[in-house]
Amino acid sequence: MIANYLATGAFYVFAAVLLASAAMVVTSRNPVYAVLFLVLAFFNAAGLFLLAGAEFLAMLLVIVYVGAVAVLFLFVVMMLDVDFAVLRSGFQRYAPVGVLVGVVLLAELGLVFGTWTTSGLAQSLRASPMPDSVTNTEALGRILYTDYVLLFQAAGLVLLVAMIGAIVLTMREKKSSRHQIIAKQIARNPADTLVLVNAGLGEGINILGIRRPLPPPGKVVHGDHGHGHDDHDAHAPEPHVHGDH
Amino acid sequence: MVMTIMMLTLPSRTFMEITEMPVSLAHYLVVSALLLVMGVFGIFLNRKNVIVIFMSIELILLAVNVNLVAFSSSLHDLVGQVFAMFVLTVAAAESAIGLAILVIYFRNRGSIQVEDVNLMKG
Repeated sequence: MIANYLATGAFYVFAAVLLASAAMVVTSRNPVYAVLFLVLAFFNAAGLFLLAGAEFLAMLLVIVYVGAVAVLFLFVVMMLDVDFAVLRSGFQRYAPVGVLVGVVLLAELGLVFGTWTTSGLAQSLRASPMPDSVTNTEALGRILYTDYVLLFQAAGLVLLVAMIGAIVLTMREKKSSRHQIIAKQIARNPADTLVLVNAGLGEGINILGIRRPLPPPGKVVHGDHGHGHDDHDAHAPEPHVHGDH
Repeated sequence: MVMTIMMLTLPSRTFMEITEMPVSLAHYLVVSALLLVMGVFGIFLNRKNVIVIFMSIELILLAVNVNLVAFSSSLHDLVGQVFAMFVLTVAAAESAIGLAILVIYFRNRGSIQVEDVNLMKG
């Protein structure tokens, strides 16, 4: 009995804070505050879900919305250098229309609410009744990976498409970045890039003036071992050219 | 005002009274209806600020989710919660794409006023 009163009280608290913060979201002057109130609204909605027995969804709401989506909003609000005062103009002008539409919508919802009844057959038409003595998360997992696995995969695809879409949309081509141009790579042939040279004996690489800068004279210091040269002398006055031997 | 609406007792009707829920279905439906109306109101009120319009859409989808969970809980049917999860997924994808479009729009035009979006003269 006391638990019931507690739950009812918690419901009223969560619902009141939820509605108040939703009102602040749509009316606050600063969009950063609007995002913060959105976070508060999602927290309280998670509380309502908990009261209704949907623990997994409540945690999902906190993790996905508060942890990801709200932070995304916050990033965008803070990153874009927007003059929000300009965006607020016309607030009073649009308010009456908004109130009118809201009242009409609420009245219609009230009409639906007043005349709606639950069919007596609803009980027998349930697609997957909640099993007893199983936690909400486990029960959800049991049907999510069996009966609704196709929908589950489709939801994954939706997220993948959204991810790739967001990356493609916001990726900037930098002038300095060096991309692989596959067509150019394939179009290369040996005639364009290879030169066959008939070098005389002992001239080797010197005649082309290329490929590898010669070390400055006198700076060549070799260790005694490790280069595979048998006849090297560390104090050779002429530049030491590899590949002559 | 919220409280007075909630205090309204429902006319007797054929609820399937499986209510171990301490709070009845009607309470949830009233909260969800008010949340939805607030979201719609927000769209009209912030006609120029597309970020707040996105947030209002989030509120509307949250109202839908509250409805789904309330019915799921009252009917003892888990499908409502599964469907609420999918609504959540689509809402997250939608806001990610929407904010990406917003960022590139701002990059190109230097403003996010919805009324400037008339390049296509639709």
